[in-house]
Formats: sequence, C-alpha cells, structure tokens
Amino acid sequence: MISRRQRRKIVNDLMLTLTAVCCFTTVASLFVILGYLLYNGGKSLDWNFFTKLPLPAGELGGGMGNAILGSIQIVAFAAAIGLPVGLFAGIYLAEFEDKNFAFLVRYTADLLNGVPSIVVGIFAWTLIVVPMRGFSAFAGSVALSIMLIPIVARNTEQFLREVPTFLREGALALGASKWKTIATVVVPAASKGILTGMILGVARIAGESAPLLFTSLNNQFWTSSINQPTASLPVMIFLRAVSPYEDWHRQAWAAGLVLIVMVFLANIAARYILARGVSVPRG
Amino acid sequence: MGTIPESRIKGGARTQTGEPKKMEISYDTSLKLTARNLNFYYGSFKALHDVSLDVPTNRITALIGPSGCGKSTFLRTLNRINETIRHSRVEGEIRLDQEDVMSLDVTSLRRRVGMVFQRPNPFPKSIFDNIAYGLRVNGMSARSELRDKVEHSLRRAALWEEVKDKLHGSAYALSGGQQQRLCIARALAVDPEVLLLDEPCSALDPIATSKIEELMFGLRDQCTMVIVTHNMQQAARVADYTGFFLLGKLIEHDRTDVIFKTPAKKETEDYITGRFG
Repeated sequence: MISRRQRRKIVNDLMLTLTAVCCFTTVASLFVILGYLLYNGGKSLDWNFFTKLPLPAGELGGGMGNAILGSIQIVAFAAAIGLPVGLFAGIYLAEFEDKNFAFLVRYTADLLNGVPSIVVGIFAWTLIVVPMRGFSAFAGSVALSIMLIPIVARNTEQFLREVPTFLREGALALGASKWKTIATVVVPAASKGILTGMILGVARIAGESAPLLFTSLNNQFWTSSINQPTASLPVMIFLRAVSPYEDWHRQAWAAGLVLIVMVFLANIAARYILARGVSVPRG
Repeated sequence: MGTIPESRIKGGARTQTGEPKKMEISYDTSLKLTARNLNFYYGSFKALHDVSLDVPTNRITALIGPSGCGKSTFLRTLNRINETIRHSRVEGEIRLDQEDVMSLDVTSLRRRVGMVFQRPNPFPKSIFDNIAYGLRVNGMSARSELRDKVEHSLRRAALWEEVKDKLHGSAYALSGGQQQRLCIARALAVDPEVLLLDEPCSALDPIATSKIEELMFGLRDQCTMVIVTHNMQQAARVADYTGFFLLGKLIEHDRTDVIFKTPAKKETEDYITGRFG
C-alpha cells in the first residue's frame, strides 16, 4: 500500500514528465522541419535558383525566379486589398460596435478564419476565374486577401480594445470628434500591435498553396500582367514535389527553404516591432 | 436643495484659517453652470437622484462623498463625457452660461469645459504634441502660433521650467505629478471656461498634490473649477464651495467653511467627522 504522500509525488512526477514531453514534441517538430529543409534545400540552393526560369523536365538546373517574383506580386496585391479592409473592419468592431451588427461581423470573421483555404480557392475561382475566362495573379490575390481580412480585422480589434478608455476620454474631453480620437490617439497607441498582426497575417498567406491552385495556377515564364497565370512558390513546391524527377524534388526543397526563411524573417520583424514596446500604460 | 442663496454666493471666499472671511471680495459672482433635477442612469442603475447644483463663476467648487456616491458621475455629465458609456441616460437640465448643455454641439461644449482625469492620461506622444493636440483639433496649425501657445500653457501649469528642454521627448518619461500637470496644461491650452478635475491628486504623492493645489489657486481668476476629491482636507484647502454627495443624492451644498464647521445635515456632519466613509 502506498501512502498518500507517495501517490501524490508519483502523480506529480508523471504529469510533469507528460507536459515536458509534449513541450519537447512541439519545439522539436519545428526544428526537425527546419533542419530537414536546411539539409535538403540548402544543397540545391544557388544563385540560379533566384534568377533563372524553371526548365522542362529532364533538363538539369534552372531556377524559380519567376515563382519568387510571382509570389511577391500576388502577396503584395493581396495585402493591398486585405490590409486596409481588415484594418477598417477591426476599427469598426472595436470602436463603433452597434451590438447586433458587430456580433454578426465578428462571428462571420471567425467563421471565415476557419474556412479551409482550398474552399477559399474554389470561391475565388467561381467569382473571378470563371467570369474572366482565365487564371490570373489577380484571382490569386483576391483569394489570399479573403483569408487575410479576418486575420487582420480580429487582430486590430483586439489591440484597439487594449487601448485604455482614459486615453479616448482624454481626447474626447479636448473636443476631438470620435473619428479624430480614433485616428489620432487610439490607432497610433495600438499601432505596434496592429502592424505586428499585419505582418504575421501576410506571412501566413504567403505560404498558402491551395487558394492559388485554382486561381493564379502556374507559369513557366516571367509574367508582367496580373491578368496572366502566374507562378508562385507554394504552388511550385506542390508541383515539383509530386513529380517523379529527382532534380525537381531538390528544387522543391530549395523553394520550401526560401519560403520558410521569408516567413521567419517576417515573424522576427513582427516580434521586434512588438518588443520595442507598447509604451501605453495598461488599465 | 443644493442651490446657493444669493447672499452666500456674494460672500464666497476660501477660508484656509477656518474663520469665514469678511464679505469684502466682489468678483463677478454670476453662475457659470447650473444643474437642475439631474438624474443619471447606467442601464437600470440610477446613479444620480434629482441633483441640483450651482457652480459660481471663477470659484472652486469641491464635490466630496464616499466612493460610489455619484460625485464623479455628476462631474462627467457636465461635459457630457458620460454619454460615451453605453446604455447610459441622463434626465434633467444643465446650463452653461444660460445655454442648454444638452443642445450644444458636444465637441464645442468640451472645448469650453475641459477635464482632468483621476489618472494622468497623457497621449503616447511627445510633450509638445500632447499640449498641441487640443489646439490642432481646433484647427490651429501655424508652427509659431502652436509653439507660443504650448509654452504659454505649460507656464500656466507651472511645468515649463521642468520640461522646456525635452519638449519633443515622450510624455511618459515624466513623473506622475508632472504628467498630471501636463494634462492640466493640455486642458488649459484650448482656454476652457470651466475646468473639471476628477480626483486629480489621488494617484499623486503629497508634494505633487500641493503643486496641483497651488496651480488651482493660480488659475482661480481665469476659469471656473469643479473638483471631485476623496480627500476632505483637500476640499477644505482649495474650495470656495463644497457639495456633499451620498448615495447619488446631493445632501448639502454650501460655502466650504459652512460645510466643514456648521453643516446643516446630520449625514454631512457624520461624514466630515469620520463617522463613516
């Protein structure tokens, strides 16, 4: 018969071990992915990868310059649509809340956040690709912006809500209108958090492949117009990885490495901005 | 209840020594603000019950009472800042220089009736931009004009000498007492006719508190002040008139020396003598 005290100690140790193992799994998976990418992708990464066009199957070499540029183009355009819309929606949610409508918007935003990205892709395909009779970077940008809006809106709302009421009252008491108060005091006070959320949101959509499969598709060449099918890194990874060619597999790894480095840099930038301090007192 | 007999307004004067001063002072003794039968509701909770109170021009009026008695709520109805609270409702009448406050444009009302809050609330901007904020909101944009006005306001708040070399540094680098004087300077920059102070010293140490009180004396000739305070000594030190609130009602309102020496109501006496609250 074990005493209560022994039992308590055993349970304690057991649970501590369990949490440690789970914690280790979480961190380890990140490092395994990163290590794998570095090992496999690093080998095939060279200058050509960034500057050359992809070559047909069977020919060795070539790069993904067009996909890198295409990704930047698609994501930049998606950000141009999604960031302002998300920002203003977030401001509305936090500051103008008319109860029922805001509830609806917030609920919809959360639902939209949870919609599988492939469904967003189908939606953009129906909305843009079909009527315009062709795949395009524009359609890809719209699909990604649909994913970006709820992320930015909810994040903006959250940070605006953290701005203490006494700052708003300070501005209102000086005769500032509500919008003036929001634009000159509340949003600037929350700007670091809002900006961080924007960067993380853009980093998140930059890695999406499913919405682009139906929309921007792919291209073997450099594209100049947003009305043409356009190559992007995530789609390229998918197409290269499922191919039967060894050389293409190596390129998929390299593309994965490039993508993850871009996302990491965005994350680090976001943390840096946030850590530089929200100087507003809480309360 | 609450309105002051004409004779008492005429003789209104601060009495630090305790002895009522003689009626030799004759300022402009008109009434700046008058509240009549004011009721205020937070949802279904009634926070103010039929409050009527007069605020004489260029005098300091203190509102005292235990926590939750409605004194802050009353103060915050005077510049209608309480309207921003959802599900709140106000009944009754407030007049500023005979004009109905409820029908005034709310932003122009708040330019005339400034407010200083319990907790120093400078904006996360530079000292200069904090003071210039109200001016810019009111449409002033010329650099030199702004600079002059900022300096003037900081001088009025007795803060200029302490901050003149760091005007473009963050307002958060200042001490709590300095921040509160900055907030007073910010409110003064738009030349308000009335300054409402909601427990302005509750977060400050005694030295910072005495600076704020000196400041209030200095401003007494220039604007009408209403101060909510938890600190009865403060009311006795600074105020010409004092109103005592209890459970959402204005129990008594009179010259400060009368309130503290010979209150008419038993509740006032009990509170003043520390029997509760």
